[in-house]
Amino acid sequence: MSDVSNSAGSTDSTGSTGSALHCTSCGRPSSECAGCGRELDPPRFCATCGTRLAVRVSPAGYIGRCKHHGEVARS
Amino acid sequence: MSDTMQPVSISPRPAPARSSRPSIDAAAARQAIRAAEVALLDERRQLTAEELDVLAHVPDESVPSLAALAHEVRLGSCGPEVEVEGILSVKTGGCPEDCHFCSQSASFDTPVKATPFLDTDEVLAAARETAELGASEFCIVLAIKGPDERTMDRIMELVPIIREDTGLNLAVSAGILTDDQARRMAEGGVHRYNHNLETARSHFSKVVTTHSWEDRQHTCELVRQNGMELCCGVLLGMGESVDQRLELLSELRAVEPTEVPINFLNPRPGTPLADAPVVGALEAIRWIAMFRLALPTVILRYAGGREITLRELQALGMTSGINALIVGNYLTTLGRTPTEDLQMLEDLHMPIGVLSKVI
Repeated sequence: MSDVSNSAGSTDSTGSTGSALHCTSCGRPSSECAGCGRELDPPRFCATCGTRLAVRVSPAGYIGRCKHHGEVARS
Repeated sequence: MSDTMQPVSISPRPAPARSSRPSIDAAAARQAIRAAEVALLDERRQLTAEELDVLAHVPDESVPSLAALAHEVRLGSCGPEVEVEGILSVKTGGCPEDCHFCSQSASFDTPVKATPFLDTDEVLAAARETAELGASEFCIVLAIKGPDERTMDRIMELVPIIREDTGLNLAVSAGILTDDQARRMAEGGVHRYNHNLETARSHFSKVVTTHSWEDRQHTCELVRQNGMELCCGVLLGMGESVDQRLELLSELRAVEPTEVPINFLNPRPGTPLADAPVVGALEAIRWIAMFRLALPTVILRYAGGREITLRELQALGMTSGINALIVGNYLTTLGRTPTEDLQMLEDLHMPIGVLSKVI
């Protein structure tokens, strides 16, 4: 799946994170979770603050919005 | 196969459905498949429950023959066309129902955040995406028990807007309907209504406790009675047995769907089925073929979980009875890219078309 950009670095849809502070699949701090996401799941948590995202999945992409950081994920 | 040459097992915990009796032998399987061919292609009659029971118990090495017959039945009954559909969750999460497979139930702590009904512009954008992918059908889906008056108004407002803008046929999935709601949807231009049985009646209460299998069956009846096409799908891999899958086939026949989407469980974090084993690839092919042999004229659609279950064998499903697919992403999870699916259809010489049940 396509790359996702966010303010803390970049992440892909599997939840593996670069310089992100939180796992985008479970929201835990990166020090506790190195990326538990599954291949076909969009990001569900903000990589910066770990807040649950409002995610809209459409046939050709997805958008994830954080209430603190705005749009943080898009494909 | 000798005991020193077992298949390598590298996939995550695939598990076959329990069966009340062992597989039949290869000779009996050949005979049963030949008899089914005569019944379906020459005599043009439905297979009996007993015949389907035998076919469900052919050994693994006979599954390709079963699949080949299913493909021939599909081509003979429905033609080579494949119907392509896009789906969109327009109201996500916060559902009061407790379907144990679903990450949108408010009963479970899942990563999916509840979001309100999308704006018209957002829905329209997704419909346009779908149309650009060559689809003829667009289904808007709501995570609700059934529509209240405000939700009905929003749905009925959206349907003509999307249809006129994109030319797509509109399908809706909004839970349990009343007779009046089904009538209004039909009159308002809803082409097809999705309401899945999901699993056999005898297994349903192990998967859902907030409504009954009969509630679902009743809505299916209302959909047809009011003149909409019925899309009635299944979800395999929720612990049901082989006998219960056969029961489900019989129950599906009774509700007379135009379309049957086949989903395979993609275990969702936080749900009661999060740790359930996935359906194995060969077992999935077996059951795709079984659905086609039991329901020769329906639109049999590849739906959720195929990427997890079939991986590189997705093209094999297309030659085992499938004649429709959901393209791109699903409601809350991602699919493989539309380009991969469209390339697969091109490689298989299967044109995209608009389908209706052959009566």
